[in-house]
Amino acid sequence: MRPLLEIIDIEKYYKRLCAVNGVSLTITRGSCFGLLGPNGAGKTTLIEIIEDIISPTSGTILYKGESRAAQFRQEVGIMFQQTALFSFLTVAETLETFSRLYDSTETVGHLIQLCHLDEVKNQLNDRISGGQKQRLLLALALVNRPQLVFLDEPSTGLDPQARRNLWDIVKTVKSQGRTIVLTTHYMEEAEKLCDDIVIMDRGRIIARGAPQDLIRTHCKRATLSVPKDRFPEKIDGLQGFSRERGDRIQIRTENVTAIIEQLLSHGVDMRGVDVKTPTLEDVFLKLTGRSLRE
Amino acid sequence: MRFKRLWAIFNARNREFFRDREAFGWNFLFPFLIILGFGVIFKGDYKSQFKVGVFPIPHGVSVHQSVDNLPDSFAAFKAISFVGFETRIQGMDKLKHHKIDLLIEAGTKPVRYWVSDSSPSGAIVERLLKGALAPPDTGSRFEKKDIQGLQIRYIDWLFPGVLGMNMMFSALYGVGWVVVRYRKNGVLKRLKATPLTAFEYLSAQLLSRIFLLMFTLVIVWVGSDLILHFRIYGRLMDLLIVFLAGSACMTALGLVIASRGTSEEFTNGVLNFICWPMMFLSEVWFSIEGAPAWLKASAKIFPLTHLLTAARKVMNEGSGLITVMPEIAVLCAMTMGFLIIGAVAFSWNK
Repeated sequence: MRPLLEIIDIEKYYKRLCAVNGVSLTITRGSCFGLLGPNGAGKTTLIEIIEDIISPTSGTILYKGESRAAQFRQEVGIMFQQTALFSFLTVAETLETFSRLYDSTETVGHLIQLCHLDEVKNQLNDRISGGQKQRLLLALALVNRPQLVFLDEPSTGLDPQARRNLWDIVKTVKSQGRTIVLTTHYMEEAEKLCDDIVIMDRGRIIARGAPQDLIRTHCKRATLSVPKDRFPEKIDGLQGFSRERGDRIQIRTENVTAIIEQLLSHGVDMRGVDVKTPTLEDVFLKLTGRSLRE
Repeated sequence: MRFKRLWAIFNARNREFFRDREAFGWNFLFPFLIILGFGVIFKGDYKSQFKVGVFPIPHGVSVHQSVDNLPDSFAAFKAISFVGFETRIQGMDKLKHHKIDLLIEAGTKPVRYWVSDSSPSGAIVERLLKGALAPPDTGSRFEKKDIQGLQIRYIDWLFPGVLGMNMMFSALYGVGWVVVRYRKNGVLKRLKATPLTAFEYLSAQLLSRIFLLMFTLVIVWVGSDLILHFRIYGRLMDLLIVFLAGSACMTALGLVIASRGTSEEFTNGVLNFICWPMMFLSEVWFSIEGAPAWLKASAKIFPLTHLLTAARKVMNEGSGLITVMPEIAVLCAMTMGFLIIGAVAFSWNK
């Protein structure tokens, strides 16, 4: 089946600054596609080019195999990173206003229920909390029953509880078979929601794959941390690299099971032993030398 | 173009206007207060135009009792008000700073006075004083005639000006400034992501603002008329058509300002740059009759000039729609021009 979106050799220059540098990728139907990268990586520029909000300097974007036409706007839902809304409209009125801009729409009542906005539906947009506003923006992105949903850092600035609430809604949307394009700073968010991830840095794609594949490919080693006073003086044939860190010994290994067996065979008390498996953040650090939030 | 989308934005904008209580209230209160204020100030038939200082006037003594060295025709002239000073130094200080137009020493014969050579008003008052002191002209070189027919009060002349000015501020700031703010905070970007077209959005803004301007106009008119009882010599419907054309033109000008830019400060500067000359040259407060020809010609680039000319013709002179058709035609042409420029230049996010 042909991909829903084909992005071919996109470049975007702001005067001499290259924000997106020859990016090509495809997004399949029904997937949740994640775009990761630090601030200034070019991910918002790329996503806004795909959304047809800004024009690329060069390159082609195909939606369902064709250039994006007026119908594209009818079929996509967009949640921008930062958006103000009409200050003096209520949540329900805002949804009604936006629903009138499309040919085919979800009922306002259903959106209010889906995005847990029942308590605030009659409140003015300016009087709702940050989490409620993000849920309203998500509801607006879903108002036209979109086949393709863009979520640009949807949970930025939310507290952990509000973030998890938002993830639950995104999971529901995903379960309905819609295609989601998500940009985020949060690795946990990407790991929980995305099937396919692209890591961008300095306008280029530097890695692509499923979250676990990326970790397996780029960060094979886990880290075991054992209290120093419980670590045997000598272990023959330790299958990993060990070093002292304060009052603990850290062992980096590709085979956690083998190390644990060796420790057990030397009678090490396993209480207090930590195992840290690599994350996408480790992948990013390894690939770019920069933290995701830099 | 889909009417459903236009209607959605039209409604949203109207709701915002009516729910923003401070802005909503001020839109009515501002013109009403100005009209009421001027109504009170100009309630009498006459206004003192010149101030003459008199010294020495001891504390507690009426200045009018101390001007017996002045002829009655000067002392009782309604266009002059007298201000007393205890000492000459006090009077001279006010004269130097143009707070008074002429300074007279009480009880002196011949009348001793001081006037500033750099004060045009001083020169006029001096001439009035000399005229009053000179022997009466026995010849009949003048014959006074009264104005025949309708007499127009200043407030009747001013009223269309204040309404037009309010319309100008409301249209330019209510569209120009608001749309720039929407662009800056991302509302326009969010709307761009929908099927709404720029033409639909601008049309909705235009219609909404015209509706709100006409609504405000009617309320302010009725409220002011209850107190000041304006005289309208033309047809009310003709006047409404003139104001409708004016509001469309002002709003379209607002759309030109709103078409680009994300800086509210810069837009504010541009709006001031347009509003202030327009307010003074379009004869909101005073006539520019007698001003240099180039100045009068340049005033015609402002829509407010044509709006007020037409409105005053209908309201103060009783002219019909045919008479003011040239002004209406200019307003319509300007509206079309502004709309085309605004639509071509419009950007959702630049």
